[in-house]
This record gives sequence, C-alpha cells and structure tokens, in this order.
Amino acid sequence: MCGHCGCGDSEVVSVDVHEKILAGNDRAAAHNREHFRDRHVVAINLMGSPGAGKTAVLETTARMVAGRQQFGALAGDLATDNDADRLRAAGVIAKSITTGSACHLDAAMVHRGLHDLPWHGVDYLFIENVGNLVCPAVYDLGQAANVVALSVTEGVDKPLKYPVMFMKADLVLITKIDLLPYLPQIRIEVIADALAHVMPRPRHMCVSATTGEGMGHWLTWLEQLRAQPCCEVTHYT
Amino acid sequence: MHEYSIVEMLLARVAAEAHARGATAVHRPTVRIGELSGVEIDLLAAAFATFRDRTICAHADLDVLPVAAAWACPQCGGLIERGAMLRCQRCGVPARLAQGDEILLDRIEMEVP
Repeated sequence: MCGHCGCGDSEVVSVDVHEKILAGNDRAAAHNREHFRDRHVVAINLMGSPGAGKTAVLETTARMVAGRQQFGALAGDLATDNDADRLRAAGVIAKSITTGSACHLDAAMVHRGLHDLPWHGVDYLFIENVGNLVCPAVYDLGQAANVVALSVTEGVDKPLKYPVMFMKADLVLITKIDLLPYLPQIRIEVIADALAHVMPRPRHMCVSATTGEGMGHWLTWLEQLRAQPCCEVTHYT
Repeated sequence: MHEYSIVEMLLARVAAEAHARGATAVHRPTVRIGELSGVEIDLLAAAFATFRDRTICAHADLDVLPVAAAWACPQCGGLIERGAMLRCQRCGVPARLAQGDEILLDRIEMEVP
C-alpha cells in the first residue's frame, strides 16, 4: 500500500541485496570441498583450451605414479566419453561429465559426477574441465588448486588474451615442449613474462607428456600440494 | 556463454526476493560486474533479454554497473599501474586484486502492494 496516504496504490521500492549471483554455486563448491577434505583427497581443477594436452598430461602422470598413488578423474566433455576412456586405460578411476552444450563445469555437476564415481580411496581427484579458456574460470568447484595447461602451439600471448583464467591459476603447465624445435617463434621466457602480467604469483612448469621431460617437477608439485595443511593453495585474493 | 547460466541464477534470486516481499513486478535489478569477473556485459544483457520472458522480470530492465579492475599492494596499499607486472615494485610482494572480480546482485527495484 502507498505509504504516503494509504490509498491502496502499489509502491516502487528499492531492496538492497549485495549478494554474489553465484552464491549457490559457491555453497555447492564448499560442500564438495568439505567432502574432499574429510576423505583426504586432493582435488585439482585442470583447465585449458581444447587440445592443450590436459588428458595427455594426466595419462602420463597416472602411469608414472602407478602402484604408488591412485588417481580419480571427472572429465568434462561436451559430447563424448573419449577422455574418460583414455584415462581409464592409464589406470585412472574416471567418469565423464557430459555437459551437452554447456561450456564449463559447475560445482553441482561435479557433485553429481561424484555420485557416479567410486572415488573413495583415491589420493588425487582431477576435474578435467571442458576445453575452454573463458567460462570454466568463473566457477569454483571445491578444488584445492587450479592448474591451467597451455601448449606451446597456442602462441605466447594467451595469458594476456585470457587474463581471468590465468589469474586464477595456481600453476600453469606449459605442455608439448617436445615440439619447441619446430616452433622457432615460441620462446618460453615470453610466455613467462605474459604470465607475470596476469598472475600475482606466477608459477609455470614446462612439460612434455610424450617424452616425460619436466614431469618430475610436476609430480613434486603435486606431492607438495598434498603435504600442505588442508591441501589449500593460497589464492590471489 | 556462461552468461546464460549466470542470468538463470540471477532471475531465480530476484524471483525469490520479489516473492518474499509479495512484489507484483520487478522494474530493475542492478548488478555489479567486474572487468576481471569473466562475464561479458553485452552477453549478460542479451541473455537477460532472452530469459526474462514469463518471469517476474518480464518487463524489467537490467542495470549493469561495470567495475574496473584494480590491483594493489597488500603491504603498502599502493596501486599497481595498469598493464604492469602484478608485483609491488617497492615492497616486492605479489599484488592483490582490490576490485574487479565482482558478479554481484546489488539491489532490486520492485513494485509492492
């Protein structure tokens, strides 16, 4: 009712909300994070362009730790089970999250994915996000760390073009370095400089899933992540 | 195109707030979108125009307040120059994002009986 004269006319009011639009996703992510923490599972959100080498890095890593550590994986995929199939062949307990046309995973999708995955007892759970350098960066999934795969064939300025993705990365894996001899225009120091302009704590490692070069450093990083209290990496905020 | 899923969440949140207050219509939700939020304002507006039909926001305009990114030193508070490395030159520590990652529903203008 109109507050001035009580005439019965409706009134336009402004209601302050000040709430994150993704608050629902953040709650679901916190729930996932609690599950991971309770079960001592280190969850990693692995992001990158389509074809950056996310699955290849995981395959090689899983084969390197076989018999010592058990990996689990949820593979976000628009239409196929190919990545999960490849990961299972490498000894990973893996399931696809088929997203249809969705360009990213959100925390609720990961939660539902966990229902279908026998993940109890895994040491690391890799959430292989949909290949995309934009949308996945926006959604917290409950991970302990964000890792972004960037292949040398993608050029040197991807971090500057997609700052939000790289700003949220705890680690950037520069992949396919076995191809560097064929890419004379690509210099790792230029990529590293671009990262320092978008990441407050720039950290990168050069790896080749094909030759195994650099993979030892990545394994050490994973072990250090596991040793940290509550598996939490300090984020940029 | 995650802007579409963000608009779905926005519409659900606005509807819940409007319902709780017995509103008959929503005139204008106001959102704050940071430069480094990963949300494109044009796409967000297009998604809102598409999805508002048959909701309490059917005749509402979306008001978007863009927020520029600003990085600052967590020790001395000095601002980092745009385009510079994200490290305080004076203190040598990593910069902190002071603003620019907002995806916020700020307020809702609605009609109440």
